[in-house]
Amino acid sequence: MSDLTFAMSAPTVSSARRETEVGKQPKMSARSLDFFYDRFQAIKDVNLDIAERRVTALIGPSGCGKSTLLRIFNRIYSIYPNQRAEGEVLLDGENILDPKYSLNRLRSKVGMVFQKPVPFPMSIYENIAYAIRHYEKLGKAEMDARVEEALRQGALWDEVKDKLRQSALGLSGGQQQRLCIARAVALKPQVLLLDEPTSALDPIATSKIEQLIAELADEFTIAIVTHNMQQAARCSDFTAFMYLGEMIEFGETEKLFTQPAKKQTEDYITGRFG
Amino acid sequence: MSLPGEHIVKSYDEELNRLTGEIQRMGNLALVELEAAITAVIERDSDAAERIIASDKAIDELENEISQDVIRLLALRQPIARDLREVLAALRISSDIERIGDYAANVAKRALALNRVDQVRPVISMPRLGKIASEIISEVLLAYRDRDADRALLAWARDEELDALYTGIFRELLTYMMEDPRNITACTHLLFMAKNIERIGDHATNIAENIYFIVHGTQIAQERRKGDKTTSMVAKAAVTASQERRD
Repeated sequence: MSDLTFAMSAPTVSSARRETEVGKQPKMSARSLDFFYDRFQAIKDVNLDIAERRVTALIGPSGCGKSTLLRIFNRIYSIYPNQRAEGEVLLDGENILDPKYSLNRLRSKVGMVFQKPVPFPMSIYENIAYAIRHYEKLGKAEMDARVEEALRQGALWDEVKDKLRQSALGLSGGQQQRLCIARAVALKPQVLLLDEPTSALDPIATSKIEQLIAELADEFTIAIVTHNMQQAARCSDFTAFMYLGEMIEFGETEKLFTQPAKKQTEDYITGRFG
Repeated sequence: MSLPGEHIVKSYDEELNRLTGEIQRMGNLALVELEAAITAVIERDSDAAERIIASDKAIDELENEISQDVIRLLALRQPIARDLREVLAALRISSDIERIGDYAANVAKRALALNRVDQVRPVISMPRLGKIASEIISEVLLAYRDRDADRALLAWARDEELDALYTGIFRELLTYMMEDPRNITACTHLLFMAKNIERIGDHATNIAENIYFIVHGTQIAQERRKGDKTTSMVAKAAVTASQERRD
């Protein structure tokens, strides 16, 4: 095969993933989901499947409920009074909203990374080890190996391997965010929730995170909330457009960004909203 | 009619409007050029033909401007969905209009050459061929202005008429040439002229297809019927000629 034919036939990362069977099964599903902040209903009858080992992006204007939806997926809201979810969120068929589903178990399966990187005020090594220790008892050699694995998965290892004992607060913003992703994947979760993970980062750091998302999708199911439409278009397989708490349109990213089915979606993604 | 609403960022709309305005201006120039070229042929007006050839430059310049605008829009606005189709279609349509202008200029050049030889019997169908081509272009330009996919589709279907007429002209000119070899020079020029106009129709259908694409985001599903049968006629003529030689 010549270089040219090879280049032409080589599938892109995401299309290669799309061709496998894995993503056809939903890993997580919202069923008739409602959510209330006291009396205000922030999520209205949302049904959504998050495909396994695929990237699903949630987009929509501020206040549309996309971050709320992400917060329901690992029950962060449950620490606040007067916030409640109704309906079901199934993870591998089990309803995680059921109080019998333990939070500890849920958090070990569903990791989350926030808009602003929040490294713990301790060493780079400890940032990762601390999270692992919460769930597992490991010997030093085993722990070293796990920390290295996580930092490699976070695409940070090469940059920090010689300063693992230094404070994580000395890292750049982009590095801190990759550390947070490494910390989340160190627990070997199945689902990774990313809430605007690059909105505080510069373009180079953003590209690194986007590349990281593409790599992590081979192993994890990812849901990402982003205000950056191009980012959703670039790094997700599926996109959900939400407005005023409702799911307006959900589908393959390529379709949604080239030929959206709903006028509301088209108006939003082309900057005609309002 | 299907024109989208306004962007939040007003300058984005201004740039898109500028682009589509340039396309319409370019299209109108090409249309005028074609109509003038046909008139120049009918009236054997060499001065007019010279002017038409010179005027084609304006169309080429507009095409360059449109390319620049498209590059700027893609780089600075990163259009998606319908906006992306608008920009992409503008680039394609401008290149089709540029070709239409070239073909019209070619008709004018042939008119000059034709005026230097004796007139053959008037080819009645030629003005009609030019008229249909002009009508199709004019329809397509209106369809573009209104982003009217149905109107574009109607114009698109009319290319068959043009093809059928071209086949008729081809046959007619072939007959003249067979009748008297002294007609060959003039008829060859006329034949090329007809071919140029027939090609203009093909570019007009491309434009119609792009309008449909802007509005619906898909290609026209139906197969276009082709009325140009000249390729098979050449084969038949050649067979007849070789048979005659054997006899």
